[in-house]
Amino acid sequence: MRNPFVMGCGEYRVNYMEDMAIYKIPRVRYRVFAIIAFFAVFPFLFSEYTVGLATLCGIAAIGAIGLNILTGFTGLISIGAGAFLGVGGYTSAILTTKLGLSFWIALPLAGVITALVGALFGIPSLRLKGLYLAMATLAAQVIILFVISRWDSLTGGTAGLVLERPSIGGYALYSDTGYYYLMLAVLLFTTIFAMNLFRSRVGRAFVAVRDRDVAAEVMGIDLFKYKVLAFAVSSFFVGIAGALLGHYTMIVSPELYSIQVSIEYLAMILVGGLGSVLGSIYGAVFITLLPVVLRSIIEILSAFFPDLGGVFAGLREVVFGAIIILFLIYEPEGLAKMWRNIKDYFKLWPFSY
Amino acid sequence: MTFFMQMLVTGIVVGSVYALVALGFVLIYKASDAINFAQGEFLLVGTYVCLTLITAYQIPFLAALAITLIFSAFLGFAIERVVLRPFIGEPVISMIMATIGLSSLMAGIVHIIWGHQTRVYPQIFPDTPVRLGEVVVSPVYLWSLIIVLILLVLFTLFFKYSKVGIAMRATADDQQAALSMGISVKMVFAVSWAISSVVSSVGGVLLGNINGVNSSLALIGLKVLPVALLGGLDSIFGAIVGGFIIGILESLVGGYLDPLVGGGLKEVVPFIVLVLILMFKPYGLFGKEEIERV
Repeated sequence: MRNPFVMGCGEYRVNYMEDMAIYKIPRVRYRVFAIIAFFAVFPFLFSEYTVGLATLCGIAAIGAIGLNILTGFTGLISIGAGAFLGVGGYTSAILTTKLGLSFWIALPLAGVITALVGALFGIPSLRLKGLYLAMATLAAQVIILFVISRWDSLTGGTAGLVLERPSIGGYALYSDTGYYYLMLAVLLFTTIFAMNLFRSRVGRAFVAVRDRDVAAEVMGIDLFKYKVLAFAVSSFFVGIAGALLGHYTMIVSPELYSIQVSIEYLAMILVGGLGSVLGSIYGAVFITLLPVVLRSIIEILSAFFPDLGGVFAGLREVVFGAIIILFLIYEPEGLAKMWRNIKDYFKLWPFSY
Repeated sequence: MTFFMQMLVTGIVVGSVYALVALGFVLIYKASDAINFAQGEFLLVGTYVCLTLITAYQIPFLAALAITLIFSAFLGFAIERVVLRPFIGEPVISMIMATIGLSSLMAGIVHIIWGHQTRVYPQIFPDTPVRLGEVVVSPVYLWSLIIVLILLVLFTLFFKYSKVGIAMRATADDQQAALSMGISVKMVFAVSWAISSVVSSVGGVLLGNINGVNSSLALIGLKVLPVALLGGLDSIFGAIVGGFIIGILESLVGGYLDPLVGGGLKEVVPFIVLVLILMFKPYGLFGKEEIERV
């Protein structure tokens, strides 16, 4: 029998099939099932408040995976994620409230319409790179928000729109627990889709574009097609996340999709790990929980320093900025890499040589 | 016609401040290929420091301004050394995120120290309006324009004739060649951050005198992007021209089109211009075109 305390101390792959496998060793399959099972019973173990937080984390993770497909895997920087989130949220809001469509039709439509808008703003990416593309997406952010806040007849202007929670067969998902399962299902689908995307031709083309786009073009990758496709796929998931978020908070309004949101999403994939699907989830959880944790720390400390409550907003920005900078300096590959380092350490433990 | 002239003058004054801030922005880009998303926060810090010196310590305006500028220079040095130095030669996204992180950090500190409410400078310039023909101009505007023009001329001379300025231009042109001629490229980076910080805080002080001081001043930091891009990211002359163009355009749109759409278009116009430039002339009016060969 295998000694349970000894980890596998090497990788023995003999063909490409094994190298591309999602479960690199059979044991991982059980671990993944165990993790999914844990999140399936999560609402029974924790309070309603915790489940609500988990739902927010999960929704952010869906958006972060979407953004990571674009920025992490294809190398196209986007500072417009917040606006695309807004497009998704507003599409779903307009379809369900003004046209009376069911949520289950509106959700995929929100994704599709956001994908179209994303592809539209992705067209300049053929000529623009790096800094220039970052600015183009920043312009997209400002212009989309302007349209949203001025098109009163459709979007309700600055006041926004009020949404309802979806229902399945007469059972409305009013409780946080019900919505949690909806989020979990979408998150699982997104994760599996994204992981498999990068085992396919399209996904590998994305990575090739990131690594050196001219070389990729020489090898027969149609740059324009794949760059626009990356924008579309990425925006699809961001749009889905936006729709889910809109129906969860039950309101959409322009200030929920400001440039700060875009920056938060960029921070998520950066802290989690650029070009890592699981990293996007870690990062989303980290950034979403950051203000919550910070607030509870402040509440504890304000027993000693009573003035501390007033500086929460400022302190949050300071910590947020500091974390981005520290991660960039000390672990540019993010939490995903940290986790891998820990695993690699224990792979050879206790004889790490 | 008077209305048009009024809008034009406002545009020129605001545009001159844009030109000044964009100058700092382009300077950093030229020297170290970094886009500084924290430019607006430099402006914010500068104006708040100056305001505090005047109101809390009762220092006369010019002395306070001088202290502010020295402080800003050191701030620029320090930030370049602590935050930006590790990112030299890193991918573009690291650099962008580093400056975005920096902007959040600085904005947070400003909010903690000075709070959120709008403050106003005490009366510094006389408030009897000046008449230029049929146009009425407030002296604050006039003084701002004069100060900015003086600074722009000073910096042009600085880049043309001073040793440091020539070193900066050499570094922007070819880093390796500059290094082998004995120019300390690190020093050049530090100086460009310091100058950038100084010009931004001058811009901040002037805008603070015109509109009052609150954290929305930092939005100028984003507006500088279209300005710099219009002129060409690596052209100082372009930044100045771009600043005036965007300022005037913004003011005219604010005067004529905003009432039609219900406001807000003024803030968006620079970004529409940005998209148009990116589509048709990505290297701006005076920028150097990069050609990629395999």
